[in-house]
Amino acid sequence: MQAQPSGVPCATRAAANYAQDVRPRLPLSVGLVVARAAGSLSRLSRAGGGTTVPGKVLTYLSPPAVGQLSARLPLGSALISATNGKTTTAAMVAEILGARVRLAHNSAGANLMSGIASTLVSVRDAELGLFEVDEAALPEVARQVRPRAIALGNLFRDQLDRYGELELLAQRWRRAVGELGDETSLIVNGDDPQVGDLGRGRERTIVYGLDDPRQAAPALQHAADSKWCLRCGTPYAYAAAYVGHLGEYRCPACGHARPHLDLVARSIELHGLEAVSFDLVDEQGVTRVRLRLPGLYNVYNALAAAALSAELGASRDEVREGLERFTAAFGRFERLPMGDRTVLMLLIKNPAGANEVVRTLVAGGAPSLAVIALNDGIADGRDVSWIWDVDFEPLLDRLERIVATGDRAAELALRCKYAGFDERAIEVVPDLARALDRGLQLTAVGGELFVIPTYTAMLGLRRIVADRGFVRPYWERAA
Amino acid sequence: MRIRVGHLYPDYLNIYADRGNIAVLARRAAWRGHDLEVEAIGIGELLTPGAHDLLYVGGGQDREQALVATDIAAKGKALHEAVEAGVAILAVCGGYQLLGRRYADQSGADLPGAGVLPLETVAGTRRMIGDVLLACELEPGRPETLAGFENHAGRTMLDEGAEPLGRVISGFGNDGESGFEGCRAGRVVGTYLHGPLLPRNPWFADWLLAQALAHRTGGDPPELVPLDDDLEATAHAVSSTRARARGGRYS
Repeated sequence: MQAQPSGVPCATRAAANYAQDVRPRLPLSVGLVVARAAGSLSRLSRAGGGTTVPGKVLTYLSPPAVGQLSARLPLGSALISATNGKTTTAAMVAEILGARVRLAHNSAGANLMSGIASTLVSVRDAELGLFEVDEAALPEVARQVRPRAIALGNLFRDQLDRYGELELLAQRWRRAVGELGDETSLIVNGDDPQVGDLGRGRERTIVYGLDDPRQAAPALQHAADSKWCLRCGTPYAYAAAYVGHLGEYRCPACGHARPHLDLVARSIELHGLEAVSFDLVDEQGVTRVRLRLPGLYNVYNALAAAALSAELGASRDEVREGLERFTAAFGRFERLPMGDRTVLMLLIKNPAGANEVVRTLVAGGAPSLAVIALNDGIADGRDVSWIWDVDFEPLLDRLERIVATGDRAAELALRCKYAGFDERAIEVVPDLARALDRGLQLTAVGGELFVIPTYTAMLGLRRIVADRGFVRPYWERAA
Repeated sequence: MRIRVGHLYPDYLNIYADRGNIAVLARRAAWRGHDLEVEAIGIGELLTPGAHDLLYVGGGQDREQALVATDIAAKGKALHEAVEAGVAILAVCGGYQLLGRRYADQSGADLPGAGVLPLETVAGTRRMIGDVLLACELEPGRPETLAGFENHAGRTMLDEGAEPLGRVISGFGNDGESGFEGCRAGRVVGTYLHGPLLPRNPWFADWLLAQALAHRTGGDPPELVPLDDDLEATAHAVSSTRARARGGRYS
């Protein structure tokens, strides 16, 4: 069973079901009893944690359940969506607010309607809903949950086999934002042309972005997406491109440009693979923050988390303290001790995210060995062509050996081979457990093994580590 | 020998890792002692007659396709002349559609095409997405298979008598109904298959290189020295298995 199910975007399927109106419509209380029982059964059978089973049952039996359950939350709900960073951003907000507010938070990343329903089923006395939401599911979730705040981070090309074209997703988001009530706070990343534009002319909108051209990439990356002016199609001129197409842009033809930023990160300092610090600047003043996570992309996540937490009532000190306490979300720069060695798990899902992992690794002194795992399950994207859009080359220049694993290990090996990496230094070991063992074998005692997996490969690898008694399974963490 | 590749609109049409195809052509040429030189050809830039042995057009989303359609239509005459002169062309997905006479996209816009391939494309409402496996016979008596991934709303209809690239073993193909995929006219090939296409189908990469070399020398396509393609064969086998297991076709 997949932790992130459904190949069909949830919203589409839900709409189709409403149209046919063939579902049973049981009262919520009955649906809840059945859903909880189903969850217990699924967990007993250990069919992969069963994180979404109760929600699937509940949303089937009682389609408006998410709306009804979230309406019971006394402090309302907040939604977070983005191609990259939604899990980390939500986990940061949880760290900031979790000490004083009881949260309903889908921390295991089950971010379709069913995952949110499962979270709502499993918590009984939550005060505030904190939900990361799949990009395609956002309109339907927002319609049901009616959030008090919503943070939208970025749109990158990702799983085109599942989401369709980027432009269609952007249209859905425009529609979803159009349907929000005036009382809902909207937080958007101004550095993303498509996303920053969502708040234009809207009250109760907070726009965040980076302002530190020293950290800009030398050029737009190969896979940069929203390169053309939204209004007139002319290529944007970038004063600074930070991550993919995120940056300070301006259309030389019609003048469409990055909106005014309300919350800004300045004076950014990257500390290798360990940390990044920056000034959080808004009209309240300047706060220095040191994140225990690397990379510019985590500065974006921190900005979104800071803006959202502040909207939900956190003080500036609480924001800083929460961000500085935060370590890693599930599989994202997560260090897992395995006896006398450590595994550093670096999830990759799409070109933009993988490029940042590569950039951070190279800046922090890249390793000589990596286990790279490519699966092609629904949650990974069945189409593996995206690995050819990733700028792996700077990492390959430094690696001396690669263990290629996962269901599409050979495809990954080809990616490296045709980048000019010596084929003899690539070991193709499709089985995840054997590949992990091989990687550990090649790692010195006390050393760190870099594992770069796609989503379901990450789940599989974590399960292997857990089965050997080193980490708690994710569904326990999620509880 | 220097093989000269013209890559049309790389800034716009690159959605499915098209640079993977170029990388495969470059390495496989180099391993045979040839040198692949790639020139980007953008909007408004002229196609110099005789300057290229192989042209490549990649895939894009509707937005990008609309941005280049007028330009590629304007290049139609130059492209025709190149084809007449024996230049090889590989066009994938969006590029394939734009080599036809027209593409009516999902917004209802009717985009002009280059008219180099005898076909027209109209966008449908359902996308055809999944792994694909084709049976091809580009050279008589040498059957081969192509494994790839397709993701398109366009239904491409070939003219009567036009030659498809292959027969669909598994997957949707041109329109989900005809049982055929792609189009081939001499040295010109258009297809929906990405993945990218060439890494896991090295025989096809070599076929293209041989066609390009034929244009370069003015002779017949040469037999290329075989390479160690074990990894490629494994990737092809996995991709084929995927297509057989989960590629679908409209019934």
